[in-house]
Amino acid sequence: MDTKISIENLTKVFYKKNASVTALDEVSMDIAEGEFVCIVGPSGCGKTTLLRILADLETLSAGKIEIKQDKKDRPLQSMVFQERGIIPWLTVEENVSFGLKMRHLPIQQVRERTDYYLQKVGLDQFKKLYPKELSGGMKQRVSIARAFANDPEILLMDEPFAALDEQNKFILQEELLSIWEETKKTVIFITHSIDEALLLSDRILLMSAQPGKIIKEIKNDSPRPRKIEQMRANQKTAEHFIEILNHLHEEVQKSRS
Amino acid sequence: MRPGENMKISHKAVEVEQQEWKKRRLKERMKQMLTIASPIILLLVWECLSRTNLIDVRFFPPPTKIIGTLFSMIYSGELFHHMWVSLYRIFCGFLLGAIPGIVIGLLMGLYSPIRHSISPIVMALMPIPTLALLPIIIILFGIGDFSKVVTIAGSVFFPVVINTTAGVINIDSIYLDVAKNYGASSKDFFFKIALPGSLPVMMEGIQMGQAIALLTIVAAEMMGATSGIGYLIWTSYKAFMLQEMFVGLILISFFGYLFSLLLRFIQKKILPWR
Repeated sequence: MDTKISIENLTKVFYKKNASVTALDEVSMDIAEGEFVCIVGPSGCGKTTLLRILADLETLSAGKIEIKQDKKDRPLQSMVFQERGIIPWLTVEENVSFGLKMRHLPIQQVRERTDYYLQKVGLDQFKKLYPKELSGGMKQRVSIARAFANDPEILLMDEPFAALDEQNKFILQEELLSIWEETKKTVIFITHSIDEALLLSDRILLMSAQPGKIIKEIKNDSPRPRKIEQMRANQKTAEHFIEILNHLHEEVQKSRS
Repeated sequence: MRPGENMKISHKAVEVEQQEWKKRRLKERMKQMLTIASPIILLLVWECLSRTNLIDVRFFPPPTKIIGTLFSMIYSGELFHHMWVSLYRIFCGFLLGAIPGIVIGLLMGLYSPIRHSISPIVMALMPIPTLALLPIIIILFGIGDFSKVVTIAGSVFFPVVINTTAGVINIDSIYLDVAKNYGASSKDFFFKIALPGSLPVMMEGIQMGQAIALLTIVAAEMMGATSGIGYLIWTSYKAFMLQEMFVGLILISFFGYLFSLLLRFIQKKILPWR
């Protein structure tokens, strides 16, 4: 398969008054076209920093990243932010069309795509509402619709479901999978939930903290479409879960001692 | 369990809650009554004390007399003359202070070099009451309307500029990230993020500016003016026509209330997302 994202020896150092912290230490990875990759690690391991560098919100200190662009008129990447990522003074509809409007696409096209994804995430009746009137789950649906509507080369997701209650989380995870399967976008998804990573991803990268490094890679080839019930019942998934858990435990212990 | 089975208990439970709800409603109404009653009672007490000569009628004429004076001043047209003059000055002064305040505030919020060069000047000038500059303002701009307008503009400018700057600076950084990630141009950033995002805090500054404008107009018209509500209060006081003076005070209080209602209404209209 074609490589969509290649990251080579990416290093990020935060420097402050004579003290420096290495957030990312020579991280390298290749991500294939259409692959769903989850990055799992304890908080403070630099996974968000990695994503923000890919999202062009942070500069890298050393190394190289490359995202292959297939279509000229497509944006390179769009990010689904953690909760609070939708803009409170724009309605649901305006939030979803935000990226398209920023690119000044023809009105007709903006409307079509916005309507399509509003309907996809089941918010078409709520499109005139402001975010304050929405529940947490609905807000994240808006965020997801906004990113997909923008039709980027790759999607970046920064723990989008971390603040949701468990029931809502399950529902949104499955919804995300069904939208993703339709578009087959390349996704990098950050999470600290092992279950979430196992349900969503094709491949899981484990990160260690300080310095942030990829310490293990796990292929997750459970057949798709996936359901939470199936994943829970699957023996292999359970083994993966234990494996990841042990690895992360070790890392956390190491950073403490 | 079948539906009817629990009827008795649930019926009683509803009744208990209904009683509770009625009690709560009664309490709410009592509080509303208090809000309306307390100023009325104050006026009644004033009226009685004044009529029975327990307080000096020369300083505190009974409210009914003041109302009478108010009506006779309305009939003679004197009241409207002073009112319009003051309203005109407040309105012009408010705009002349608020508009540059908003523009400069937005620039200061958006561009940190501008903020760092202007904010020390703003901070240095802010504590100086514009009224203290009134003599200079009168020398520069004469005793006509314009000197009052300038005085009000000077007082309105500061709360508006400071709040607008703060409004822009305090926009949650995640919205800046969203704008950047989705490729907003600087024009789009201004109109979609900076301006609407700073609006709530900016409006608070405008609300404050409005209150200060009213305080300022009265004082500004006491010096070097020949008309206006402040002039009315001051000359009535000097001629010891305290009923007329109280009419002036009532006007100021009325307009203060009216303006803040008006601004609150505008705020609701332009900030539907709050």
